[in-house]
Parts: sequence; structure tokens; C-alpha cells
Amino acid sequence: MDFIKLFDSFNTENRSEEEVDTYMSRKEAFRKLGSLTKKVALASLPVAAFTMMPKMAFAQSSDVIGVLKFALALERLEYQFYIKGVDSGVVSGRHQNVFMAIREHERIHVELLEATIQQLGGSLNGVPSEFDYTAGGVFPSPFGNYQLFLALSQAFEDTGVRAYKGQAPNLMENDDLLKVALQIHAVEARHASQVRRIRGRKGWITEEDYDGIDGFGATFMMASSAVYAGEKNTTHVGVEVTEVTTVPVMAVREAWDEPLSMQMVLDIVKPFIVS
Amino acid sequence: MIKFTDSKGKGYKPDQGLSSSRRSFLQYSGAALATSAILLSGCEQFEEFIPPKNPNSPKKVNLGSGDIGILNYAYALEQLEAAYYTKVALLGFYVGASAEEIRVLEDLRQHEVAHREFYEAALGKNAIGKLEFDFSMVDFRDRDSVLQTAKTFEDLGVAAYNGAGPLLTNPDFLVVAGKIVSVEARHATAIYDLIAPNEAFVDFIDDGLERAFPPSQVLQAAAPFIVTEIDASNLPTA
Repeated sequence: MDFIKLFDSFNTENRSEEEVDTYMSRKEAFRKLGSLTKKVALASLPVAAFTMMPKMAFAQSSDVIGVLKFALALERLEYQFYIKGVDSGVVSGRHQNVFMAIREHERIHVELLEATIQQLGGSLNGVPSEFDYTAGGVFPSPFGNYQLFLALSQAFEDTGVRAYKGQAPNLMENDDLLKVALQIHAVEARHASQVRRIRGRKGWITEEDYDGIDGFGATFMMASSAVYAGEKNTTHVGVEVTEVTTVPVMAVREAWDEPLSMQMVLDIVKPFIVS
Repeated sequence: MIKFTDSKGKGYKPDQGLSSSRRSFLQYSGAALATSAILLSGCEQFEEFIPPKNPNSPKKVNLGSGDIGILNYAYALEQLEAAYYTKVALLGFYVGASAEEIRVLEDLRQHEVAHREFYEAALGKNAIGKLEFDFSMVDFRDRDSVLQTAKTFEDLGVAAYNGAGPLLTNPDFLVVAGKIVSVEARHATAIYDLIAPNEAFVDFIDDGLERAFPPSQVLQAAAPFIVTEIDASNLPTA
């Protein structure tokens, strides 16, 4: 799929030794840039600010843009899902506020990412913009069956949290972008928690989730198990947490969310992407 | 009746900590103790429920510098959250707490204790000591007081991690902070969902982004609850 190739091209770009050597100075350059910017105003940063920066600061900017395009694809997937969800009337009246708020957040995320990519000199070409929420007919009537809508919402939100987490290290050279990514990441986690609670689940990922979301057939279960792959992990930066606490292992697993690689996320969302 | 004496107010003397904590622990009568005991029926040790007892607790801690400083900062906040939920559980939860509310608060206690113990182990000899807290402004019998305080801590925790992330230089530390902050955000929403069902995150995320606070702002907000003096002057600022 072209979309996949697009991201592969960012990942496989060869870094010259010189580029690696300039990493620290690029980081320094971005830090200087950081003092010029503000949270929401990131997108409205004058282009002049970028042109004033040392050329080497852009040696790896395509990596950053690749991450932002990847994030934009996920945000568009979510935003259009909630537009359709709210418009279709599938959402229960008492949850209308929740999904209207989520839709609004996703709209802001989409617009922020689009503007930022363009400000950094990137193009929006090739970022998916058309989606099929039946995944080719596998999940019939996501906008006619509220329980299915909720299950897909949970899967998208929990995936989104993991996707941003996985990309955070790739944004470290730009503190402002990293901060905004973290700010979005936490909002996705709030969404996930709320949707999970609407579904009668705990707000955090539990042992109920590891085998996938049940109740919608084997295909859904298997597909959604990828959303929770690796969530049982209890070792973090070399510390096996179960060995240093008396808290039950189930709770230790719940207490840390795990990242997903770009490729694993793409494999999860691929069936929903038309173009 | 249950006596909600706070053994560790401003006038807390470290050398009295152990005995007074135990004494007030024994004052918790039937209902509260029974509730806690039921929840303890897993594989946890009972000692975990005794309030922090630190005869050697420092009067002042220095978080340190660089990534270690940021991790100590996170450790301090996790200590605060863990101590809070431990006390909520120890006091048998508030009057009229539903089974669902107890389940959520007990999960949060376990998660925050695990976070605290993780940081302690990860930091090893670089870890700051155990902090002393003052929750005397919380009415632990009152649902609103307990849940609003929980919301304050969870929201503050999320904003703290978001502000601290860009201050880290080691990507492994950034990832582990990311693994924890999203769980804190999940907590915040669950608490808010208890306070105002289905109204979660409509209050302050009006620009689609979570808050991100620098350590100075977070520590100032948390200061009323922390007795131990925290020196954050060596933390990175950019």
C-alpha cells in the first residue's frame, strides 16, 4: 500500500555520519527555536523563524515530518469517525456531550498537525483522507450499532495513545513538537478512559483486553488483540516492577501503558484506509 | 466512632511518627478497618497500609540535576499520589462510597504505589528520601473532598509529566514517563467520570490539548500537601 511505503521512505532514509555528528547542534538549534514559540501558537510561528535557523537543523526534518504525517493519518481516521458517529445518531443521548467533545478535540488535532507539517515545509500529499469504517465489510454498520461504534472507538483511542507514545523519542530534538505531541497523547488517553468506561470497562487497559475486544466476532477479536499486544509488560528501564512492589501483578500491568511502533500501528489501521 | 485524627500535621515530629501512626491506625474502628481488610485480601502485605513512618525522613530533599532530577521530581509526585490513595483506603473510603467508587480508588492506590516503588528502585542510590505529606485540608469522610482532591492530583500529574517530558535527554526515560502519564490521564478521567458522569474532560481541555506545566508551577501547586522541603533549583529548565 502506498501509505505504508510513504512512511517506510522516511524510516529508511540513510543518515550520513555528518548528520549524526550534528545531532547535538541541531538539538541546540531547536532549543533556541523553542524560546520563540508557544503551545498553541506553534502552527502560527512565522516561517521566517525557520529560515533563520542553521541549515543543519533540517538535516533530519523529514523524519519529524514523517512522524507528524503518521499522527495526522490517525487523527483524520478518528475525526471522521466521530463526525459520522455524531451525525448518524448512533450515539446515545446521554453520551452525546462526550463524543461531541472528542470530535472537537480530534478536529483541533487534525488542524494543528496539518498546519505544523506545512509550516515545517512538508506536504500533506499522501496522508490518508478517506476511510472505510466497516473495514471492507468486516464490521457491518459501525454507525448503526452503538456497541460496535463504541468498540471501534475504544480500539482507535487505545491505539492512538500507543502510537504517540511510540513516536515520542523521534520528536526529542524538537522540544516544542514533543510537548504538543505529549499534550495530544494525554488527551487521547482521556478519551480512551471515558469510552472504556461507557463500555463498562475500566478506564485503564486490563487483563480483559489482552486477547482483544470480545463480543463482535473472531475477526474483530483478533484484529483488536494487536491493539493490546505487549500490554502485559512489567519491566521498565530494566526494573522488573513485580520484584520491587507488593502490588499484585495485574495492577502493575495496568499501571503502565506500552508504546507501539509505527509499523504495528499501520498494520492495525490499514484495513480502514481507502486512500 | 472513627476518629479522623491526622498524625502528621504541620507540627509532625519525625521521632513520634511511628508510634503515633500506629496508634491512630488502631483507632480506626470496625467498619473502616473491615473495608480495608477486605480489599487487602489479595497477596499484599498489611504493612503497606500503615501510613509512612519515617524516623529518618529528611526535612529537606534536593531533587538533583539532569534526567535524575526529573525522575526524582516524578518520584516525589508519585509518592504524593500513593500516600493520598493509601490514606483514602486506610480510612475506609468516604461515607457512602459505592462499590464502583471503591474499585476505582483502590485501583488508583495500587497503580500509584507501583509507580512510587518503580521510581525508588530505578533511581537506586540517587533516589530522594521518603517525603512527608499533610492532607489535613482533606475531609476524608466527604465524597466531594476526596474526589476533588484526587482530580487535582491526577490533573496535576498529567500536566507535570507533559511539562517534564521535553526536559529529559534519555529516550528510554521519556518512554517510561510516557507509559505512566497516559495512565494518569486515564485516572483523571475516571475520577472526573465519578464526579460528573459523562462530563469528563469538558472542563479545561477546550483547546484539544492537555496542560503542560513546568516543575516550578507543579511544585507550587503541590506545596500545600508536602511537608518536606523540596529543592528543585538544579532541575533542567529547557
